[in-house]
Amino acid sequence: MRKLLFESLFRQPFTEQAPSPDDAAMAELAAAVGHAARRRLGRSLSIREVDAGSCNGCELEIHALNNAYYDVERFGLRFVASPRHADVLMVTGPVTRNMRDALERTYHATPNPKWVVAIGDCARDGGCFAGSYAVVGGVSEVIPVDLHIPGCPPSPMAMLGGVLALLERVDAGAVLP
Amino acid sequence: MPSLIDLMLEGRGVRQHRPWPRAMVDAQLWKFAASELGQGRWSLLDFWGEPATVHMAIMDEHTAEIVVVSLDCPDRNYPSVGKHHPPALRLERTINDLFGLSAEGLPDTRPWLDHDRWGVHFPLGNRVDGSSRAVPYRFLPAEGDGLHQIAVGPVHAGIIEPGHFRFTASGETVVRLEQRLGYTHKGIEGLMTGESLERAVELAGRVSGDSTVAYAYAFSRAAEAALELVVPDRAVWLRALLAELERLANHLGDIGGICNDASFTLIHAHCSVLRESVLRASNTAFGHRLMRDVIIPGGVNHELDDEGREIIRTTLDNIRLRFPALVDLYDNTASLQDRTVDTGVLKPALARQYAAGGFIGRGSGRSFDARRTLAHPPYDSLRFEVPVLTEGDVNARVWIRVREVEQSLSLIDQILGRLPEGPLSTDAKLRPEAREGMAIVEGFRGDVLVWLRLRDGRIERCRLRDPSWFQWPLLEAAIENNIVADFPLCNKSFNCSYSGQDL
Repeated sequence: MRKLLFESLFRQPFTEQAPSPDDAAMAELAAAVGHAARRRLGRSLSIREVDAGSCNGCELEIHALNNAYYDVERFGLRFVASPRHADVLMVTGPVTRNMRDALERTYHATPNPKWVVAIGDCARDGGCFAGSYAVVGGVSEVIPVDLHIPGCPPSPMAMLGGVLALLERVDAGAVLP
Repeated sequence: MPSLIDLMLEGRGVRQHRPWPRAMVDAQLWKFAASELGQGRWSLLDFWGEPATVHMAIMDEHTAEIVVVSLDCPDRNYPSVGKHHPPALRLERTINDLFGLSAEGLPDTRPWLDHDRWGVHFPLGNRVDGSSRAVPYRFLPAEGDGLHQIAVGPVHAGIIEPGHFRFTASGETVVRLEQRLGYTHKGIEGLMTGESLERAVELAGRVSGDSTVAYAYAFSRAAEAALELVVPDRAVWLRALLAELERLANHLGDIGGICNDASFTLIHAHCSVLRESVLRASNTAFGHRLMRDVIIPGGVNHELDDEGREIIRTTLDNIRLRFPALVDLYDNTASLQDRTVDTGVLKPALARQYAAGGFIGRGSGRSFDARRTLAHPPYDSLRFEVPVLTEGDVNARVWIRVREVEQSLSLIDQILGRLPEGPLSTDAKLRPEAREGMAIVEGFRGDVLVWLRLRDGRIERCRLRDPSWFQWPLLEAAIENNIVADFPLCNKSFNCSYSGQDL
């Protein structure tokens, strides 16, 4: 174990440059973040992930955000175990009818101010599962969504770009247009 | 002892079914099959419904013979198999939820996937409007002095799929675990009905995200069996390459994840880096990190060029260099072994009864691996070992994964070395008459089974069976008498799919 740790001291880190927050995401966020948030949150966000019916593809890539290449914690972004600790809900999947209740309750358990980031094509409008008897549709049919990151699943870089845009907006204390 | 073939001869054969035989049987023969299953002579591979028929796929483990038996149920009921053979219980509850066909004598008649939220009952059979008032689910009782219940989920603490676990504990020790699943039910089998092959394979690839290759592979092979299509050699070999890359990425992620749940984050950090390297290589080679939508009926739709081949080779070399040190560390860290050895023991008899596949079955003495037992091309001409252990604990499931990582590395080498040239796909010739096909493919967590019937080139009925159907119930057994704090560890070592089971 010592050898492994020792090697890590000298090896180049795996961690990559942060992506620049993409413009579309910035525009979508303009209305979402205000002064109050900046004061309360400083430069960090706690994220609670909620799978509202996904195929688990998006979860795999959200997991990847924690690996050494993307290392989200360096930006003050942290995945937390309870919605009560969270500023951001990261929601995946088409919302299934069986998960609708749980998603609503998770949203209400999250303290204000809060943001909802919908991850993946299914989370926008149900994706390829839209129209099923068992599917409600996109996340915004159940709770208000502030930012949407497309992809099937979105790459970790795309997610990081989106969430950084959110953080920057919080940090800049954007004023409502 | 009667063989499966005898069973078939007693029934009425269905001619358009490929590659294994299917026979219509009467209630008497159906009951006979159920009791043979109950006595452990045969294994249940799957059990599914249609609006007025039920089907069972059965395997004889000694001879690897597989047959499908079907029973018409004009009166909307059939003799219960679950009564004799518990692995069928959840499947019979599901058939009732989706088709409204009830199993006579089924000991547990609670709904399984239907949480009374769809606004409709029996969505794939004779639909009736759902009630507006959800009835509380009755969990099984556990009685005794000082027992308490812990309810967990459907929203869990980690970044995982939703499901509900109801623990009954005596102090720290789990006396009973009962699962309640179905939260991610998306109605995929319903969405498939009437669709084209292109749309259906896209849906199949989204049953369980971590097994997207395995599902597209199994679906395509089933469709090809039905249409009697011959897939070009290059595609046959590329498919195995995709499947092994998927297995490699998932096993690396799991080994790290299990160590992480035992609070040993160093291995997790390093395994995550190796997993990421496989995903990046897959992205370069096949244009998608999870290799989604690459396998299609008739072949594959993405060529492997020299750059792709090169990056896969480099990635493999790096894993060969780094992985052994991590395995060593796992083997020589007493605090980690203390958590994984003798924890969450699954008895071989149960693994056999449930015909559990993947690292769960092979960690508990069941050697079935579709790549070896059914030996479809190209696996029939590749050299690999199927590791089997009998301890059945978390440690055994880790070691099976470690050995399978090594086997996948070798398989990928062999495939890259022998990859034939030629076209990538053949046109799927559609036929107007009904044709049925079935395929079993070894995904990373076990055997994925797909059965379908095509008519006029469209899906009339498609059944997708995740290995988790026969693994989830075993987790309930394996956790008994372990402490609550070891549940995440046991759960991760099983790593069953929620979405694959909920469908």
